[in-house]
Amino acid sequence: MFLAVAIPILTKTVFPEVVSKQAKMVFDAIDELPDGSRILMSWDFDPASQGELLPMAQAFTRHCSIKGHKQYYMALWPLGSPMVDLSIDTIQSEYPDMVYGEDYVKFDYKTGGEAVIRMITQDLRGMFELDSKGVSLDDIPMTKNVKNIQDMDLIINVSAGDPGTKQWVQFAATPFGITTVSGCTGVQAPQMYPYIPEQLAGVLGAIKAAAEYEAAIDEAYPSIAANPRAQEAKRRMGPQLVAHSLMIVLILIGNWIFFMSRKRGQA
Amino acid sequence: MKRTVPLIIAIVAGFVLLIANFIPFAEGWGLTAQEWFNILAVGAMILGGGNLVKLHLMKVSGQRKGWGYSVVTIGCFLGTLVFGLLKIGVHPNELYPNVSWSGYYLESGSSLWWIYQHMIVPLTSMMFAMLAFYVATAAFRAFRAKNTEATLLLVTAGIVLLGRTYAGVWLFEGWLPESMQWLRFDNLTVWIMDIPNTAGTRAITIGIALGVVATSLRILLGVDRSYLGQD
Repeated sequence: MFLAVAIPILTKTVFPEVVSKQAKMVFDAIDELPDGSRILMSWDFDPASQGELLPMAQAFTRHCSIKGHKQYYMALWPLGSPMVDLSIDTIQSEYPDMVYGEDYVKFDYKTGGEAVIRMITQDLRGMFELDSKGVSLDDIPMTKNVKNIQDMDLIINVSAGDPGTKQWVQFAATPFGITTVSGCTGVQAPQMYPYIPEQLAGVLGAIKAAAEYEAAIDEAYPSIAANPRAQEAKRRMGPQLVAHSLMIVLILIGNWIFFMSRKRGQA
Repeated sequence: MKRTVPLIIAIVAGFVLLIANFIPFAEGWGLTAQEWFNILAVGAMILGGGNLVKLHLMKVSGQRKGWGYSVVTIGCFLGTLVFGLLKIGVHPNELYPNVSWSGYYLESGSSLWWIYQHMIVPLTSMMFAMLAFYVATAAFRAFRAKNTEATLLLVTAGIVLLGRTYAGVWLFEGWLPESMQWLRFDNLTVWIMDIPNTAGTRAITIGIALGVVATSLRILLGVDRSYLGQD
């Protein structure tokens, strides 16, 4: 397994991606918004699932940045806040024209999970009186006219568990009709598909969907396609192909041994 | 008294949130209850930390099996707590230069940042990465076509495993007629996720929701008191 993962990484093997219906739905939900729309981006994951979720989080950041959307970052996980910092680093290094407070803002982590969501659907300042830099929301151009998250045009949630997409669907998307898209781990994805298309406008399940989403962005925006850092999910599909193929081989060998030993036992 | 007061709090809070959800006049009650919840959640974090230390100290003092790990746990917990609370290595916020603890707690180069970057990130990533090896051994040992159900699961797993990679497309390239493209593993994976998976998950979700409603009603009416624990 170590070699199956290591060899494609070292040889930098990248395969072409066919954009699936699910990835296209997520892409369209963001792309069809008018430029400069307000987007709440909640990064509810930690370094444990960074390998699977960070590429899609970064793809969301790049897509929103190139569209000029206003990005409001937050995290419901204590270690989600550093994940947000990585997205902000991407904005600062790749989109230097974007200004903090005018184009993007960060709220710090607050404990409470779903209670945080419930509160900000009614009163943003009830939970976040200041941004992560300690500035009052009334003094920040992009937050001074925001009463609660019902003022958002879209919610993007990248989730590795609870609190995460399920809570955003239950307490924000469904009761207030806020359009929401999600990126989640492969384990979570099957639980999220039933919410499509009414409660979730789209779901990216695991690194495969992230790679397809990157491919959709590359098709639409050649400047992102030329950025090697924006191909992270696609790069991870090489190891995934070899590892999955190895698992199929192991399953076949395991079954062959099973049938052989059963045959011998019957004889 | 020890059980009655928490019982009353649970019943009142439950009914307040329920009423606030359905009666516009009482919407403000729900917000107040949520503010209380957020305050209590912070208290619960402190309680959780205290409980962690207490349990591991008991294990160390009793020199029970694996007590050495408890020493490491307590040491790491207290170290992280001190570095985080005292914000060692953090510079004051530019807006409040005279307030020494006003900086960002995870400022690049600070002690807590070092712990995060060099301990938490590699350790948690390593734990997640280990799953690949467990899955590989499980694939060899557990996936057996013992009966019809297991065979069905095995075939589905095989299609999804290949369908989630470029192999799902590549295996059928050049020879599968256009009218049969739906047989490509990537398309079959989408179908499996969209139809059988969604149907099953919906059924389970509805079942869970009904269970939650029943349990919530039992708690609200004071019939179920198991959450209060035992004396």
